[in-house]
Amino acid sequence: MKRFLALAATAALGCGALVPAARAQARRGAGGDVLVRNATILTVTRGTLQNADLLVRGGKIAAVGPGLRAPEGARVLDATGKFVLPGIIDAHSHSMMDGSVNECTQSVTSMVRAEDVLNPTDVDLYRELAGGVTSLLLLHGSCNAVGGQSATVKIKWGHPASAFLFPGAPPGIKFALGENPKRTNFPGPPQGPPLRYPRTRMGVEEVIRDAFTRARDYRAEWAEYRERSRAARGLVAPRRDLTLEPLVEILEGKRYVHAHCYRADEILMLISLADEFGFKVRTFQHVLEGYKVASDIARHGAGASTFADFWGYKIEAYDAIPYNAAVMVRKGVNVSLNSDSDERARRLNVEAAKMMRYGGLSEEEALKLITWNPAWQLGVESRVGSIEVGKDADFAVWSAHPLSVYARVEQTYVDGELVFDRQADLARRPQLEQERRQLEQSEANRAPAEGGTPPRAPSAIRRAYTHDDDTHDEEDEQR
Amino acid sequence: MKTNARRAGLKDFRPVVALFVLLSAALGALPSARVASAQDTVTPDTRLEAAGVYVIRNARVVTVSGPEIENGAVVISGGKIAAVGATVNAPAGAREIDARGLTVYPGMMDAGTSMGLVEVASGAPGTVDTSELGDMNPNAAALWGVNPHSAHIDVTRVAGVTSVVSLPSGGTISGQAALINLIGTSQREMAVVPQAALVIDFPRLGGGGGGGFQPAPAITPDAVTARDRRVEEMRRLLREAEAYGRAHDAYARDPKAVPRPETDLRLAALVPYARGERPVILRADRERDIRNAVLFALEMKLRPVILGGSDAWKVARLLKERDVPVILDSVLNLPLREDDPYDTLFEGAAKLQAAGVRFAISTGDSGAHVRDLPFHAGMAAAFGLPRAEALRAVTLYPAEIMGVSDRLGSVEVGKIANLVVTDGDLLEARTNVRHVFIAGRPVPLVSRHTVLYEQFKDRP
Repeated sequence: MKRFLALAATAALGCGALVPAARAQARRGAGGDVLVRNATILTVTRGTLQNADLLVRGGKIAAVGPGLRAPEGARVLDATGKFVLPGIIDAHSHSMMDGSVNECTQSVTSMVRAEDVLNPTDVDLYRELAGGVTSLLLLHGSCNAVGGQSATVKIKWGHPASAFLFPGAPPGIKFALGENPKRTNFPGPPQGPPLRYPRTRMGVEEVIRDAFTRARDYRAEWAEYRERSRAARGLVAPRRDLTLEPLVEILEGKRYVHAHCYRADEILMLISLADEFGFKVRTFQHVLEGYKVASDIARHGAGASTFADFWGYKIEAYDAIPYNAAVMVRKGVNVSLNSDSDERARRLNVEAAKMMRYGGLSEEEALKLITWNPAWQLGVESRVGSIEVGKDADFAVWSAHPLSVYARVEQTYVDGELVFDRQADLARRPQLEQERRQLEQSEANRAPAEGGTPPRAPSAIRRAYTHDDDTHDEEDEQR
Repeated sequence: MKTNARRAGLKDFRPVVALFVLLSAALGALPSARVASAQDTVTPDTRLEAAGVYVIRNARVVTVSGPEIENGAVVISGGKIAAVGATVNAPAGAREIDARGLTVYPGMMDAGTSMGLVEVASGAPGTVDTSELGDMNPNAAALWGVNPHSAHIDVTRVAGVTSVVSLPSGGTISGQAALINLIGTSQREMAVVPQAALVIDFPRLGGGGGGGFQPAPAITPDAVTARDRRVEEMRRLLREAEAYGRAHDAYARDPKAVPRPETDLRLAALVPYARGERPVILRADRERDIRNAVLFALEMKLRPVILGGSDAWKVARLLKERDVPVILDSVLNLPLREDDPYDTLFEGAAKLQAAGVRFAISTGDSGAHVRDLPFHAGMAAAFGLPRAEALRAVTLYPAEIMGVSDRLGSVEVGKIANLVVTDGDLLEARTNVRHVFIAGRPVPLVSRHTVLYEQFKDRP
């Protein structure tokens, strides 16, 4: 019942926030009516529909079924032989957070906000759309035990940053446990910054406990002030504390905790601490040893957002196994697969397919790992994560079953707006190539011998199998 | 106890060693390659060839080199493939594997790993053996850094990758790569080609390995000079190695008349490569670097193989004309430039194939994620590479590029029995691997990961 109420509340919130977004869309003339014809539709929550149509009106899914008629002026796509999957949701991303992934100087940085640093032109966003991804949970790095406030976004490519913020999505925050907040693999003085408390898992626990203790006192102080203000006038209000306010929201169940963690013991530590302070962890992130304590995670009611099979890149990732997701699913945990990488984000469909091999998840369970489950983890499951009438028209059309390595995204829609179209992309290339040639010949690119500035060395290669929580940490340290 | 045993063993061998020295002196003329390289005495351990006799029946056999056999059998004996066909005569006593509904493929090969040289890359430097100090290390052999008991090996082979090239990295001449089967308790047991290739991290401007979003520094005249100096130093070393090889050969032919040349392990290691007898793997990704690497290799008469190859399709004509193959380890990298099409690297393999350039696909991973190899090939297939070519790019083509296609890369009689039996398309992520044979031995489908899974999956 409680769960139902929460769902209803989220839905109501979502609908309230939808009105301005829909209006904005109507203004742009985008996100109009779309009819996708004769596709195999993987609804995720309502099975697979063969030879079915999908009708979008005003950015919403208006109808799903056979033989739907296109309204006048609708974009019609013949998707014979193609597959429709809800937009993939990546519950751990640092895309579009240009150079501001970590505020590394303190161990509690709950005052900083991801939404202040969003770059809507980050090309990685486009590459993610081309991988069928439509929503992201943007988290800070893992430098601090208590990190910054996260942002839940839709990839509204072509729109300003403010339009990316997912309307009505519950606010969140990043926590981090283990090697990164204790700065294990990062240089200290003289090459690196001064050492910073904590240096052990003991200290990580203590930092979080201390922060919540202060938050609890702060909340009491305000409660007392409000109480006394009823009787007396002219009282001085407590000083506002922007670090503690988000923590008070956590204590009041208004802000989701997304906790970066690896080892089983630190997972249990945070569960214990959360129980003691009376809050819930919404997701454990990475949670590579989640399989060791899956029942404990399930009992706490937290979700788990993990890698499919990324492992061994540091000591706390050495006990990671590709069966992690399947074990947690079997124990009743809501599990998602995330990227934590602008690269891996482009192929989360294959990551999901691996989970059929490792632990024997069904096709539907595998698909849920990248759609409905992360939608729940972000608190937006009433809006996205499945193909259902009334939900946002966030989906991609795939050339083959998206659990196949041979599948490729043909089109991606967000709120019914076509934001990636492979054919359009291909058609645009000659023109971009010509533009590039012109720019290379422009005055600004004169050869150094002719008085031009020396060219920049090519930047480093962004290889597969990187791990942004770590690489961003390293770069932020170097800065 | 152990030390005593070893000492005793050494004592036993002492007369043999002495005899060998005497014989060598008396015979004088040793084969030139042996004279040239002190390390070249490493030979693979053949203990694995005592493996048993097996027959896999009722399988679809994807030979890769020839036509598929819809319902066939493969016989394994003495570590080799003894028979392949629709009907075979299995030797008496052969252990039978009924593979009804399953498919036999050659084991996959990744020619661009550092398997066994790295266990935990970050936070455990004691487990990292990829990069030696100094800039020119031709005599550093990866084989002696490979840990046969690395957890990565089990994890990789149960996914169907049965052999790899393990490469050193760092410096300019990083060292020598080893081509190993992923089975065995010693390096020599694992070795297919102990010193399979020389690895050169071709000098370039900026754009090093790892991640990074820092604005790149401007190319200064000093940076250009520094790069050119490193190339020049390599040129000098390779020429010296040629001269060194000639001097030693001359001495070997006529030790009485020719003064005995000094031994230099660095030059000795370089000789077979300077003579073009073995492949030289040059790491280069950008157009200009690939071109420079190829031209350098041709000038020095090396046998070049490009590793990386992000921009290789832009240099396709040169690569095709000079028959320079590419180990593409960049399929799943992010595009080099912001304005590159989103699928530039996904379709790199298809472009090379269309241009007639020889290539293989690699993960480029140090070890933990080499098991992803089929999915790199799968992505290339999703973006234009014919599926059969994608399969060859992780089986036969790496074997050809490394010069071992007489032993690895396809299901053919006489080849090393590296086989994978699956319940579906080898490149699909949802496919299950049911049997793995390496060097004719059945590999238990057990790894660090399955052990931990079994240990915890039922914990209440």
